Amino acid sequence: MAENVALTGNDSAAYALRQINPDVVAAYPITPQTELMHKFAAYVADGEVDTELVRVESEHSAMSATVAASLSGARACTATSANGLALMWEILYIASSTRCPIVMPVVNRALSAPINIHCDHSDTMGARDSGWIQLYSENCQEAYDNAVQAVRIAEHPDVRLPVMVCLDGFILSHTLEGLEVNDDQDVKDFIGTLDRPDSLLNVDDPETFGMFTLQNYYFEFKKQQVDAMEKVPAVIEQVGQEYGELTGRSYGLLDPYRCEDADIILVGLGSTTGTAKQAADDLREEEGLKCGVLKLRTFRPFPAEQVCRVLSGADITGVLDRAVSFGLGGPLFHELRSARYGETAPMIDFIYGLGGRDLSLDNVKDIFRSLAEARDSGQTEPTTRFVGVRE
Amino acid sequence: MSELLKKDEMKPGGIGQGGSMERRYTGSWRTFVPITDFETCIQCLACWIVCPDSAIPVEDGERRETNMHHCKGCGICAVECPVDAITMVREGEEDDE
Ligand code: SF4
Ligand code: SF4
Repeated sequence: MAENVALTGNDSAAYALRQINPDVVAAYPITPQTELMHKFAAYVADGEVDTELVRVESEHSAMSATVAASLSGARACTATSANGLALMWEILYIASSTRCPIVMPVVNRALSAPINIHCDHSDTMGARDSGWIQLYSENCQEAYDNAVQAVRIAEHPDVRLPVMVCLDGFILSHTLEGLEVNDDQDVKDFIGTLDRPDSLLNVDDPETFGMFTLQNYYFEFKKQQVDAMEKVPAVIEQVGQEYGELTGRSYGLLDPYRCEDADIILVGLGSTTGTAKQAADDLREEEGLKCGVLKLRTFRPFPAEQVCRVLSGADITGVLDRAVSFGLGGPLFHELRSARYGETAPMIDFIYGLGGRDLSLDNVKDIFRSLAEARDSGQTEPTTRFVGVRE
Repeated sequence: MSELLKKDEMKPGGIGQGGSMERRYTGSWRTFVPITDFETCIQCLACWIVCPDSAIPVEDGERRETNMHHCKGCGICAVECPVDAITMVREGEEDDE
């Protein structure tokens, strides 16, 4: 029986991991993810899962152990944040290129320096070329739902790629929210069993894992990863639909909110899109501005076609970027603008919330208003704006 | 040279036939060569166990001459041998011994 419970984002992801019951979890603590694995370790200690929990000495080791477990045919998970993700860097690429269907909640946090423990997306944005699928969560319900679906997406025979389930540090990880969780057995049936075609432990037919390839073979392996990523959107949609049939909560690549008739659309990722939806409602009612919000659930693979379709009717588009690529601007903005190559409707980038700086409802309303102003005046410069920075 | 495989003919993930290094000559990577004195050797097979490169062949329960196609000259066998039957010598200076 599905149940209504109150959980934080960390607890909701840990709850999903309990139901997934991975064979192996290797983890190292880092704020704000620590409580997630703390909670999961309690499930292990209480015998609620069969998982072998490997306590390693660093995130580099956590990801290494997770990859080795996955290559052995185990369902393997870990979780991290910020600098921990950065320390995993080398092995992130190895996980995706050895085609390990690992599921990893990443509790988004700013990268040092200066050191900061609060939310922004600089950690996962930096990992966007690592070959991992990235799902972003608006709230604790989505963090839970995404974690469950991630197993099916990662392990799909057409895919076999690792998935990061991103949730905003503190804003979600430490906020208690009412959500609906599925029945244990339903999750078990939904995810099924992992069927890895090869295994490090197959001593009858031993194979080489992580082989050395030179100029004559490396490129083909990379193209295989490109091809696998191309198959991901259809799998995400299919899994999201099946999940909807089971739970009543369907998922796709995107979540457009009041976009059908919107003149001004704000695109974003994660928890801020919840605030933006409220701002759109308020402005429609109070000021007659036809605002919409386009939340990207999937950032990798980038759902370019689908995004363009939603934005095609808008006069102007704003992009909310919680990360910055120094010397360029916001990563989401630049990918979106590239996806819309040839379109003439203007776009403005709003970089916000670095190091956890709050973006209030009023801030988002101001962003919508400035978009309306830019549309009316035709004055869209500067196209990269920093929200709430003292200068 | 055999025909190269195409992308979709390859198993994904850089995973393939095991033991293929057998066919590669990597004996040129050494700086030092292990020289075994079979008069001293007591056939305990410790070197066979510790060699990280499986470069010490065993037949009929006895170790044979080190396989110089694969030995990297790491010297672990020489350190572990309980009767000091293995001496490491600079490559090219074996005959001076
Ligand atoms: S030197 Fe190293 S590689 Fe060579 S036989 Fe001895 S242990 Fe093996
Ligand atoms: S370790 Fe020394 S004694 Fe033992 S088998 Fe090898 S060479 Fe001989």
